[in-house]
Amino acid sequence: MPKKTAYTAKIEYLQILDENGKLDERLARGTLKDDEVIFLYEQMTISRHYDEIAFKLQRSGRMGTYPQNKGQEAGPAGAGYAIRQHNPEAWLVPCYRENLALFLNGLPMEKILLHWMGDERGNQIPDGVNILPISIPIGTHPLHAAGLAWAGKYRGEDRVAITFFGDGATSEGDVHEALNFASALKLPVIFFCQNNRWAISVPSSIQTGSETFAQKGLAYGMPCFQIDGNDIFASYKVVKDAINRAVKENQPTFIESLTYRLGDHTTADDARRYRDPEEVEAWVGRDPLIRTRKYLESKDLWSESKQKELEAKAKEVVDAVVKKAEGIDKPTTDDIFDYTFAELNGQLIEQKQTLRTSSLGTHPQQEGLQTHA
Amino acid sequence: MANLTLVQAINLALTQEMEADSRVILLGEDVGKNGGVFRVTEGLQARFGADRVVDTPLAESGIMGSAIGLAMGGLRPVPEIQFEGFLGPAYDQLTNHAARYRTRSRGAVTIPMTVRVPVGGGIHAPELHSDSPEAIYAHTPGLKVVMPSTPYDAKGMLISAIRDPDPVIYFEPKRIYRAFREEVPEDEYTVPIGKAKIVEEGTDLTVISWGATVLQCIEAMDNLPEDLSIELIDMRTIYPIDVDTIVESVSKTGRCVIVHEAPRTCGFGAELATLIQEHCFLHLEAPVQRVAGFDTVMPYYKLELDYLPDAKRIAAGVMECAAY
Repeated sequence: MPKKTAYTAKIEYLQILDENGKLDERLARGTLKDDEVIFLYEQMTISRHYDEIAFKLQRSGRMGTYPQNKGQEAGPAGAGYAIRQHNPEAWLVPCYRENLALFLNGLPMEKILLHWMGDERGNQIPDGVNILPISIPIGTHPLHAAGLAWAGKYRGEDRVAITFFGDGATSEGDVHEALNFASALKLPVIFFCQNNRWAISVPSSIQTGSETFAQKGLAYGMPCFQIDGNDIFASYKVVKDAINRAVKENQPTFIESLTYRLGDHTTADDARRYRDPEEVEAWVGRDPLIRTRKYLESKDLWSESKQKELEAKAKEVVDAVVKKAEGIDKPTTDDIFDYTFAELNGQLIEQKQTLRTSSLGTHPQQEGLQTHA
Repeated sequence: MANLTLVQAINLALTQEMEADSRVILLGEDVGKNGGVFRVTEGLQARFGADRVVDTPLAESGIMGSAIGLAMGGLRPVPEIQFEGFLGPAYDQLTNHAARYRTRSRGAVTIPMTVRVPVGGGIHAPELHSDSPEAIYAHTPGLKVVMPSTPYDAKGMLISAIRDPDPVIYFEPKRIYRAFREEVPEDEYTVPIGKAKIVEEGTDLTVISWGATVLQCIEAMDNLPEDLSIELIDMRTIYPIDVDTIVESVSKTGRCVIVHEAPRTCGFGAELATLIQEHCFLHLEAPVQRVAGFDTVMPYYKLELDYLPDAKRIAAGVMECAAY
């Protein structure tokens, strides 16, 4: 019997804008125009400020646990912008570290703050915005993206689903089931893995024995790419191409976006316990905002005064968002019950009344503990 | 009218709902060409095509999770989990996602999905093919749980489930898939979710059961003294609980025996017994009696008939309760 190679593969790595703000003009062709770069730089700056304010809200007791997005803005910016431009009906199925992709596709900014303020109405996505609530458990939501893409394909729509998850999520079985379903059933899904190097305290080197996360998609027979996730040009291009494949051939794509979580996992975490400060320092230098600004300056498209104006605008935008989120009154206790089913059954109605009247026991009329004020 | 088995009644309901609504699609392991391992979906792929009756990869979480996505995407998916023992891998998707989406999105995202699952023992099946986990799902807010025991109810309740705006687990008692036939109307009709059925009226003692053990109860009643008037209730729906039917019956009879295959402790019978003592305390003539499975692993098939409540054990429970 002959001996032969049954399968070989290569993973392409893409960087268009390097950490010094130098653009590869050849690779950049057909990607972002100058005004789009300016727009995305502004959006990333606003998103960064939003993140800093969210952190402060938590520290001052005005909001609960919050996961900072700091340092990871470029991947979601490029990906989200590609969706907005080339498949605006697409479903976005996020975890929680890609706020900007959601904002770029119509999610009102106060929703995310409202959610972390402990209010489910933050997940009440407005009609016509095709975004799922952020997913707290790790790696379970890519299957929902697969199903959403499947529903679109079934109806003959040219609509893709893009799902965001982290390096840690690739260890979860559901991510692999989602990859397998997307591949075997030919579903137009884009798997966008933000490899930010840390799953809380566990580094990506412990997360997998694979050399890359991109190759996880190889076993499922789909095109796989690794990109510089701090480069808006690369993330825009790779997602734009993935949309084309998904729409034209119902082919899913797996993207590993190399980035770094500059902040703690959440406000409840202290990354100094497990991370080398030198590593963090090195990544500060690769900050997506810095390199994008350098690029714009090199083309005389940016100035100190424009920066000042932008910072003032970011403050204004975020102040208004915080005001909006904090201005939403606490829901009534009825809200706990009212969305359990489309129509409440007798027992839920009874329990709702029981809580409303602060009654003792199981019946609303048993008002034993109610204070008679 | 046609004289149908439970399997045929389910197949008919699926056929008619698929005819009526292009949003209804079936997915699962072997549901397509093979028609399902119990042949419940026999002939449906040939009739409706491979994009509506979909053989999926062998992964229960994948089936459940992608069905959730299909439902969010505007379809009415009917995933099949091949045996209740394989709900384990899909448990997270079912309870942490399907059940919670409406609440956690305050109504923005809903999951109209019917999960079909063969359930229970008595067919000499391999391990993990004979369990009765209904109470686990009744304990999960956001899920409806049904278990019809007759062909007529099976058809009408499946149509209700598919049309329901929320996720429904539709348990199919596999032991009685082909146990008997019953007249089932050709026309589409619904049997409401959340409504128990009085199988036989009586005045002395209430027997409550659901699924395959309803038949064991009927068999037991045939051998009980004729002057003992028993009211037999088939719950049909586990959640939401039809409290009114139970309370009305037990308030009348003063005695109640609850029969189920599932383990006794924290079984659904425990909830029913609590509801009865809450609502019927002053009417009770005897403690509520449970004839149930045991707090053990469901035995492999040499011992399964010893484990499952049979007519003899049910009759003994009834006599004990009646004599109290």
